[in-house]
Amino acid sequence: MKNGNLPALLALIRKDLQIFIHDRRAMLLTFLVPIAIASFFGYLFGGNGGKKGETGKIEIRAIDQDGTALSRAVIAGLGGDPLLAVRPATLEEGREAVRTGKAAVAVVLPKGFGDAAARSLFDPTAKKPVVGLLHDPSHVGELAMVRGMLTQHAMEAVSAEAFNGPTGEKMLDAQLRDLETPTPGMSGEEQESLRKLLTGALDMNRRSREPAADGSPNTAKRGLGMPFDISAQEVTAREGVQYNGYAHSFAGMGVQFILFAAIDLGVAILLERQKGIWKRLRGAPVSRGMLLLGKALAAAILGLLTFTVMFTFAFVVFGVRISGSFPGFVAVAISFALMAAAFGLMIASIGKTPQAARGISSLAVLLLVMLGGAWVPSFIFPKWLQTATLITPTRWAVDGFDAMTWRGVGFEGALAPVGVLLLSAVVFGAIAWNRFRWEE
Amino acid sequence: MTALLLEARDLTKSYSGRPAVAGVSLSLAPGEIFGLLGPNGAGKTTTVSMLCGLLPPDSGTVLVGGRAISGDADPAKRQIGLVPQEIALYDELSALANLRFFGALYGLGGAALESAIGAALELVGLADRSKDLVKTMSGGMKRRLNLAGALLHDPAVLLLDEPTVGVDPQSRNAIFDNLEELRRRGKALLYTTHYMEEAERLCDRIAIVDSGRVIAKGTLRELLKLLPASNRLRVEVEGASELPVAELKALPGVAEEAEPSFEDGRLTVALSDLSLGTASVLGWLTARGATPGHLASERGNLESVFLHMTGRRLRDA
Repeated sequence: MKNGNLPALLALIRKDLQIFIHDRRAMLLTFLVPIAIASFFGYLFGGNGGKKGETGKIEIRAIDQDGTALSRAVIAGLGGDPLLAVRPATLEEGREAVRTGKAAVAVVLPKGFGDAAARSLFDPTAKKPVVGLLHDPSHVGELAMVRGMLTQHAMEAVSAEAFNGPTGEKMLDAQLRDLETPTPGMSGEEQESLRKLLTGALDMNRRSREPAADGSPNTAKRGLGMPFDISAQEVTAREGVQYNGYAHSFAGMGVQFILFAAIDLGVAILLERQKGIWKRLRGAPVSRGMLLLGKALAAAILGLLTFTVMFTFAFVVFGVRISGSFPGFVAVAISFALMAAAFGLMIASIGKTPQAARGISSLAVLLLVMLGGAWVPSFIFPKWLQTATLITPTRWAVDGFDAMTWRGVGFEGALAPVGVLLLSAVVFGAIAWNRFRWEE
Repeated sequence: MTALLLEARDLTKSYSGRPAVAGVSLSLAPGEIFGLLGPNGAGKTTTVSMLCGLLPPDSGTVLVGGRAISGDADPAKRQIGLVPQEIALYDELSALANLRFFGALYGLGGAALESAIGAALELVGLADRSKDLVKTMSGGMKRRLNLAGALLHDPAVLLLDEPTVGVDPQSRNAIFDNLEELRRRGKALLYTTHYMEEAERLCDRIAIVDSGRVIAKGTLRELLKLLPASNRLRVEVEGASELPVAELKALPGVAEEAEPSFEDGRLTVALSDLSLGTASVLGWLTARGATPGHLASERGNLESVFLHMTGRRLRDA
């Protein structure tokens, strides 16, 4: 760069920054709007992971029409599950709660549930109770989860009753009496085996209420239980670092709003042309490249400023951390800001009028950010779409920010996003340079 | 011989085969205001764009200080100050911020820039409004600031593209005073306009352009000489319903090239000599028993020249 051009370049950048800050209210909105939307999306997508509250639980209604110790035990088991928020209700209340979306599922334990369930545990020929699940059709995933949890807690409660409680003892006695006569569908050997099993269970039941060897009450509960414990662990940057939905949403919204700012850059150039200002700029002894570079750098600086303000907010308020490489994060941010600036120049070079340019480029940006996973993470896309969206630079930007924040990837993880973003910047810049209308 | 500050030779420019400028040549000397007068679409703005390097001509050359401008960043562009037809200012910035920016584009900085800004604002009478945002200024003030923006780097040549469009008469006069002051300082000014009154008042030499061509060029006096009659006499006649007006062309002081007319009791005659022709016409009327009721004369102007050259009125063209 010739020395004479440097003051002109600095003047071009300074002027655009002055225009940006002259309207304090607009400037404030430039930062606040993406922060507000990113906060909302971040909350929806899991928040900061360390504060799982009621919002993370599945809301269900428990309708106990049986009112036995067994049905109460099942409901108590559901209530103790950390993934469920259980509220007792009548059938009408439960149905209304599901219909109005206040609950995902209502579990109906019918009258006679306790007896029938206990009997059915060992007798395949016994009539099983029918447990009703009233569910919201838009929460199919939750229905499957509740079905599984209900099975677990019912099995635990019914088998505990069979091996411990007086109801179980009565039920086992009755079943043993039934076995004294031939049972349809069962061979004699099978009946004998079942009889031994029930006799053993009855013995366990009676012993459970005898005092222990030292004379103290026997508190040990016998019955079927989960044959394993589950240890769910989030795989993130490193042990102890939790997933933070805000890291993704702030990256996504940053990408979106910086691209919107790039539209403003393109439109501003078209307006400058319309107002004759571009003539005055072109009349000065400043090269074309310098004029475009000045515009692009000013836009890139404003983009970086937006990222800085947004992530500072996310750091302070939501605990977002750059768990990966900080230089990598900065490199992705700079590359994206340059790409967005070049995108703005391309808009100016293709747009005929400011109004037309804004319309078509807004649509393009919305598509880019949607496909780039800025709204919802790209991992929920269908497989083919996950592959197809790799052609969008926004996808690389969002993935790059995710990698440098909550995924905790090192600097090497930033190389591909930075490369793609810089390549995109070069392509957009080349289109802008070739299509730009220089004649005034 | 005075050195020419700006010279254009046979400039042409076409868009999609339609000529916008076809063979325009002109030159500017120090201390001169050169007018480019023509209707909208005559090619004035295109000519200005070619003169200051915004638009490459299809053919022809532009010399600034004797040499052609080579490239966008050619320092020779510092010799030119451009005042675009539009108010080319940033509304969101103050007058001072605008001028600092435009000055910096020409490599000015520090005390030199501040001094140039002060002088330019002083000249256009906006020294006390320097901190005002442009968007709060009146149209006339913006026009004056638009002019100031072109003066900061002290150019030898000023190209002013219709710089008074949409301003009130007071601001227009103020701008004229500014331009006359610049002429006194030895600047060469090219002034485009479609107002013939502006060209007549300001310009030392004028080129009348139409459809991309210069159809007449010279001083005001030289251009008026192109008219068959420098004056026009109008007489309201009483006591006659018909007159053999063709006879008038034979009278002394009456222009032979223009046809006299007599309609609705009003006689219109073109005169080559005002006093001699007036006496001749009045004597001719008296001899035919007609009485002049009211008498008025009208001097020829650039409008008449344009009408004479193109058959169309400047404002209608």
